[in-house]
Amino acid sequence: MNSFVELIHITILIITIFAGLLAVIFKKLLPAVIAASAVSLLLSLEFYLLHAPDVAIAEAAIGAGLTMAIFIFAIRGTK
Amino acid sequence: MREMSKIIRNVTNLVYGFIIIFGFYIIVHGHLTPGGGFQGGAVVASAFAAMLISYGQLNTKKFLNINIFSLLESCGLTMFIGVAFLGLGTTFFYNFLANSGSWFGNIVIPGINAGDMNTAGVLPLMNIAVGLEVFSGLGIIVLLMADGAEYTKKKEKAENDR
Repeated sequence: MNSFVELIHITILIITIFAGLLAVIFKKLLPAVIAASAVSLLLSLEFYLLHAPDVAIAEAAIGAGLTMAIFIFAIRGTK
Repeated sequence: MREMSKIIRNVTNLVYGFIIIFGFYIIVHGHLTPGGGFQGGAVVASAFAAMLISYGQLNTKKFLNINIFSLLESCGLTMFIGVAFLGLGTTFFYNFLANSGSWFGNIVIPGINAGDMNTAGVLPLMNIAVGLEVFSGLGIIVLLMADGAEYTKKKEKAENDR
């Protein structure tokens, strides 16, 4: 329908897949966790573009905020 | 748990109040705009998580107390079920405040308008109760995770010293 919106969809999904690959590739733990949180943040942007703002807010707060906090606590516990 | 670098601490000082205010905005405007009790509570809890990460668990013991969070969680749940029982004259969860002219009781204007905060009857009270419950519950989860990491570290250190 609107080619500009489709272009934004494709760009966001490609960056999401790239960030997921980075989360696997990184050797250090903290950058890997930040890449996983970036996947969640871009997914919430995709939810917003698909007209689901409720799910987008919940995903951004829980997936990108609280999950990353708990992972960072776990990493700190290993040092 | 030790605190993180100076940059992270300063950015947290600048930002966490605004995050908490934004979370309460999402909770209170739950019947007009996207979001509601659960989403706003999760946003407020993420501000607590940012404070806990940047300052460490020992330094925030004065502000983030697990007993106060537990009390607030119980208050939210009691408020939710209490408001639900108040409508028992007709049915359970009956919206007895809508269009009544008292609290949140204005009549909704049809058509496109800016949205009136003072409508929707019992729904804003339910949103506030759910928001209180969710931010205190998620705050308890984050605090207990930080405590668990600290405890594991202490135990491993004791085993290494032995």
